[in-house]
Amino acid sequence: MTANGWLQIFLFLLVTFALAKPAGLFMTRVFAREKTFLDPLLRPFERLLYKLTGVDEKREMRWTEYAIAMLLFSGVSMTLLYVIERVQQWLPWNPQKLAAVPTDLAFNTAASFTTNTNWQAYTPEVTMSYFTQMAGLAYHNFTSAAVGIAMAVAIIRGIARREQDTIGNFWVDLTRAILWVLLPVCLVVAMIFVSQGMIQNLRPYTTTQLLDAQTVTTTGTDGKTTTQVVKEQVIPQGPAASQEAIKIFGTNGGGFFYANSSHPYENPTPLTNFLQLVLIFAIPSGLTYTLGRMTGSQRHGWAVWGAMAALFLAAVVSVYSAESRGNPLLHGVDQRASGAQSGGNMEGKEVRFGIANTALYATVTTDASCGAVNGMHDSFTPLGGMIPLINIMLGEVVFGGVGSGLYGMIVFVILSVFIAGLMVGRTPEYLGKKIEAYDVKMAMLSVLIFPLVILTFTAISVVEKSFGTPSISNPGPHGLSQILYAYTSATGNNGSAFGGFNGNTLWYNTTIGFATLFGRFFAVIPILAIAGSLAKKKYVPESAGTFPVTTPLFTVLLVSVVLIVSALTFFPALSLGPILEHLMMHAGKVF
Amino acid sequence: MKKNLLISISMTLATTVLLGILYPLVVTLLAQWAFPRQANGEIIHLGGKMVGSSLIGQPFTSAGYFHSRPSAAGAAGYDPDASSGGASNLGPTNSALITRVNGDVQRLQAENPGARIPVDLVTSSGSGLDPHVSPAATEFQIARVARERGMSEADVRALVARHTEGRQWGFLGEPRVNVLELNLELDAVRPLH
Repeated sequence: MTANGWLQIFLFLLVTFALAKPAGLFMTRVFAREKTFLDPLLRPFERLLYKLTGVDEKREMRWTEYAIAMLLFSGVSMTLLYVIERVQQWLPWNPQKLAAVPTDLAFNTAASFTTNTNWQAYTPEVTMSYFTQMAGLAYHNFTSAAVGIAMAVAIIRGIARREQDTIGNFWVDLTRAILWVLLPVCLVVAMIFVSQGMIQNLRPYTTTQLLDAQTVTTTGTDGKTTTQVVKEQVIPQGPAASQEAIKIFGTNGGGFFYANSSHPYENPTPLTNFLQLVLIFAIPSGLTYTLGRMTGSQRHGWAVWGAMAALFLAAVVSVYSAESRGNPLLHGVDQRASGAQSGGNMEGKEVRFGIANTALYATVTTDASCGAVNGMHDSFTPLGGMIPLINIMLGEVVFGGVGSGLYGMIVFVILSVFIAGLMVGRTPEYLGKKIEAYDVKMAMLSVLIFPLVILTFTAISVVEKSFGTPSISNPGPHGLSQILYAYTSATGNNGSAFGGFNGNTLWYNTTIGFATLFGRFFAVIPILAIAGSLAKKKYVPESAGTFPVTTPLFTVLLVSVVLIVSALTFFPALSLGPILEHLMMHAGKVF
Repeated sequence: MKKNLLISISMTLATTVLLGILYPLVVTLLAQWAFPRQANGEIIHLGGKMVGSSLIGQPFTSAGYFHSRPSAAGAAGYDPDASSGGASNLGPTNSALITRVNGDVQRLQAENPGARIPVDLVTSSGSGLDPHVSPAATEFQIARVARERGMSEADVRALVARHTEGRQWGFLGEPRVNVLELNLELDAVRPLH
């Protein structure tokens, strides 16, 4: 660990903190339909879109209609993505003449991108045409993020409103999230990315010569050895920067290239890396401010932000120290940090980012449900790889996905005030609303879906010898971690992976596809039900018996509830995976 | 329900045109106009030929070149179009990782006895295309390259220093050396054959 490493980490947290208020304030104005400086430019587009699609922007929806509209839109757009993947060979912008995507992989990808997961069981360079990447995948990066923001705004309205039946209009929230929040920032950011060396073109792949031609001898499966001379390099091209901007800003994480943000064309410089980190947290962090603003309790917004920041700091310190220590099984290798190298466990990491930036990226991308990576989590040390896994297991609420992080955290807030209410023996209240049996049941339902899906699929896969375990690439306890990580990432809508694991099989494509759908929609529908229920309630003034949700004590309680719920659920699985591997690694055991 | 279904269909089509087609095309046009070299991959042209990209690493095995990091991308390494990606994804306790590193360590120790081997020289990157090595990794190789090229170590070290990038803006990222650009300049200064 180096002083410069800590400087970069704390600078990042400082920028995130400074952005929370302006971002949150802007989003408050956008969704309260107040004036913003972008209105003269965007209102005509907005009106045109409503006219084309038949949306009545003055109409409000009950939570049930809001949920149905969201499900219908997700279903229709997911179907379109599936169709695009299946017929891409007949569509334009396919200079490499890539064939149709196989059915199970196309389903998996469609589900994964619609749910903001962006789990990738394919290698984009040899699977997806430019058209599919643009109109299919990058498109869903926008809409899945906008849907997430809409859901978060809906539940904030539910908390803020009194004795009302409705929680807003889904189509209006969706449209405003796209036009006011996502699109303008992406246009600017994409150009900054290109200036740093991120590519943006529609050309065929470029063939260049190698300076030092390589002679390679390979032994085939039949035992014959063949010698080939490699003189050229085929370098994939494409519209990467436009997709990268929304991949990051919408906490999607699906790489234009297989290597994701470790690829030099997808993350060329330390500056693009820093910008990516800031953009991942920008909306989720800003939404805590929006929560405070719209509910009239700014200090509650900051109390929630504080809980997220505390969990983030604990994680980044753990990953950074684990990766800096390096791999004790490598002998004769200098893994110490110095002025001339960043040292540490460099397998799967890029020199330009080193240990500090890779540890920071791994933490940020799994705290938020982003899933982009700038280093390979599979090659992290056991504890360094366990923390990203735990981050996802916490329910993607440490800042979390765009929108989904906030509504996920509100569930934990409701559980926290419920537990506090039990302790003092009073009906729990949350910002002037009585939390009753129905609300707590819905909150528990949303929380329980998550471990149920993860642990069930993982349990089947680790004991199944024909279609389960053959996908493992790293033997020993690490193999369990690979499968556990896959289903946790899918259900948490994260999308990062222990990348050696082969997810492109019929069993994994299908079950992981369903895990992403369950993780997204089964979790969000109970939350919309809570929004509808809270909106109807009367305001109860604060009394001496009210547990305040604006104090550091509340922040501590919230952090404890988040940690205890996931620790109780996942500790047994973690102890057989990464914890066991850590102990055996230090005992010198190799698999 | 029916009304919302119809809106879903028209909304999907309208936003696909806006976000899936217009947005990337506008960015492409702007990028090609403002930053053509970057937008097309920073390809290096030399004597009318394309000899690589400043951002994409290449494999080097000849003793007269500075060597890049090991790469799991394709048979020869550094294949940006490899169908299975470019990372080894070997776990920290996988015997395949330990065997590979031990092999590289033995080879490098023979070349430069007594010196400790910088970790990036025996570990593969996540992209398999890392264009850089650490300054420690070039320092380790200077004696070999100088000997093979018939240059003084001081001359080679000066060349390396010219290609060493510090942290961006003084504090972002890590110091690094671009291996392809360094080797291209070596060839220009003192050709191998």
